[in-house]
Amino acid sequence: MTQITEAMVRDVVKEILAQVVASGAVAAPASASAPAADVKEMTLREVGEAKKGTSTKEVVIALAPAFGDKLKKRTITGIPHAAVLRELMAGIEEEGMTARVIRVSHTSDVAFAGKRGAELSGSGIAIGIQSRGTTVIHQRDLFPLQNIELFPQAPVLTLETYRNIGRNAARYGKGDSPAPVSQINDQMARPKYQAIAAVFHIRETEFVNPDKKPMDLEVRFS
Amino acid sequence: MAKRQKRFEVLDAREVNKDGFVTEWPEVGLIAMGSPNDPRPSVKVENGVITEMDGRKRSEFDFNELFIANYAINKDVAEQMMALSSVEIARKIVDINCPRAEVVKVFSGLTPAKIAEVMDHLNPVEMMMGMQKMRARRTPSIQAHVTNVQDNPVLLAADAAEATLYGFDEIETTVAVFNYGPFNALALLVGGQTGRPGVLSQDALEEATELQLGLRGLTAYAETVSVYGTEKVFVDGDDTPWSKAFLASAYASRGLKMRFTSGTGSEVQMAYAEGKSMLYLEIKCIMLTKGAGVQGLQNGSISCIGVPGGVPGGIRAVIAENLVTTCLDLEVASGNDQTFSHSPFRRTARLMGQFLPGTDFIFSGYSATPNSDNVFAGSNFDTDDYDDYLLLQRDLKVDGGLRPVREDAVIAIRNKASKAIQAVFEELGLPRITDEEVEAATYAHDSTDMPARDKVQDTKAAQDMLKRGITGTDVVKALAKRGYTDVAQAVLNIQKQRVSGDYLHTSAILDKDFNVLAAVNDLNDYQGPGTGYRLQGARWAEIANIRNAMRPEDI
Repeated sequence: MTQITEAMVRDVVKEILAQVVASGAVAAPASASAPAADVKEMTLREVGEAKKGTSTKEVVIALAPAFGDKLKKRTITGIPHAAVLRELMAGIEEEGMTARVIRVSHTSDVAFAGKRGAELSGSGIAIGIQSRGTTVIHQRDLFPLQNIELFPQAPVLTLETYRNIGRNAARYGKGDSPAPVSQINDQMARPKYQAIAAVFHIRETEFVNPDKKPMDLEVRFS
Repeated sequence: MAKRQKRFEVLDAREVNKDGFVTEWPEVGLIAMGSPNDPRPSVKVENGVITEMDGRKRSEFDFNELFIANYAINKDVAEQMMALSSVEIARKIVDINCPRAEVVKVFSGLTPAKIAEVMDHLNPVEMMMGMQKMRARRTPSIQAHVTNVQDNPVLLAADAAEATLYGFDEIETTVAVFNYGPFNALALLVGGQTGRPGVLSQDALEEATELQLGLRGLTAYAETVSVYGTEKVFVDGDDTPWSKAFLASAYASRGLKMRFTSGTGSEVQMAYAEGKSMLYLEIKCIMLTKGAGVQGLQNGSISCIGVPGGVPGGIRAVIAENLVTTCLDLEVASGNDQTFSHSPFRRTARLMGQFLPGTDFIFSGYSATPNSDNVFAGSNFDTDDYDDYLLLQRDLKVDGGLRPVREDAVIAIRNKASKAIQAVFEELGLPRITDEEVEAATYAHDSTDMPARDKVQDTKAAQDMLKRGITGTDVVKALAKRGYTDVAQAVLNIQKQRVSGDYLHTSAILDKDFNVLAAVNDLNDYQGPGTGYRLQGARWAEIANIRNAMRPEDI
């Protein structure tokens, strides 16, 4: 009878884990399984100019210039950008669609970011999001200041809302007509946050580069 | 501080400390009035062309400045008026012996920087004195927001009817979900004309859709055509002063009343204020409106009120922007239409700048629903504040535009409007409105009291309604067929306004007999005590007669 030592157990566990990772059973860094609330950090790497997508299964997430790796990397209510992006992507993937993340640099306006994303999206649907958390679901055939769903009050958006936004964007991408994501209507968000939101937006706009084209991003959560 | 002083703990828990405040940051324009970067006033006119304005040569003008120089300043008097000292002009505004027309003439020749300098000489009481004289229509009025977060059409119709019974002369809706737009316009048209024939209704939407609903006779006016004080913000909005002027003329050509919208804080909120003060940029917006030939403007910071509200002197700047609008001889719908503060003291104090002097529309959106249902993100006052507002009128003997109403009258009118919209939906082949919904809307406080509707079906039908080309006349026919003759007649009369065009005059509203009340036939003639609008007679008796005052015979 072989004596089982603690060291042996550790080795076996290590080996099994290595096999699981190799077989793809554990999610790759950017996919949907880890609970988003645990995700606090991420790295974003530009991998080339974003071209028009060809897959109809694709939903674009267009990040405003400072989202994710500049300033405090948190929304106006302090939610880590990494967790927000994770939920948007998870929502899209849950519906069987693929999330493609791009960086928009020529504008910090959420409507124009969303519209540009939609033009590049294979399904014609995109989510635009600003650093403060303001979000839009856009579609390529709409005028810039039209939208499918707008989430203008960043202070009331929770991680659950962001997942639902991802889910709905994917459904629109599939040609469905889902019920709009229900929103909390906090009338007092304005007096509490508006002046602060203005400062937030000014700081994000300092990163606008009118000459820079949208770039595809590789996202790694940690 | 490890140990808190107890009074500070109490202060920290007060409503006012839920508001957000920021320090001035003049370099990016986070300053209400008098930024060190605001230009010094100047003007040079050569051969009837403005060749220099506020320290800039014509070749250096951005498109806003070019538009203002070309269309918003009277070149014949510009150099003469600019030669007056700012303090002298400020005194003309306050002086009861200086008639309104003279101030209007002076302002027709001023540049944006000069107007900003004039305003900086006035304190809030002097600005209110000015507003009392300078507003275009002698009789003050008030506008309401009518929305709900479910876009429930039955509730919208009932709320519109109740609002107009309270005395609102204009009612404005918008959507929680974009595709509901045509239904919301329809609900306000039917509900509004049920409550008080002659009320004007609008539906704030993306501009092309908003215009389309107006052209179809489903709305009677438009207001959410926004202008901005810097070129960059205009471009971000996919617009120029010329495109806005074109849109304005599209409304005018079809006989639809319209006004522009602007307000302090929008440029800095959109991060392109170029270091200029909020008021200086807003003055440019007011002048763009004037230059475009539009009859009026909604301002008073509007949806950006949290920005001036968060900096020193911000609310004084808001009173100033309303005043400048009237000095340029435009109708003013003067804000108070957005949640401003957690503190009831601040909310009321913010209102006084418009309430005490009276404006063309003291609120450009008093919430005629509870704020929880206000899709414009809430107003400074809502339905739960009605009795407070009615008492402010009664205490101070000020006409704020509302009247006390009786509960049974409200129930009756809500019920009638709900049934009318039920009939119209059925006649136009729109998704059914049940008797249960009519009953719920009649007695509702807010949309949580309403049975849920099938929103997918509703939004599809609303879009289909546009495709089918339903217009105001179809609504008239539907109402007439179902026996709502009075409402049908009122909706028809609204359509007729489009042909006569009388309500395109500055500051126009309609009375219950569809007579126009505007700056042409009701021009403000205030020149001190004993002149101008006086609250008296039947109207004062109406305001004084609140429902909860005890009479001697009750005891």
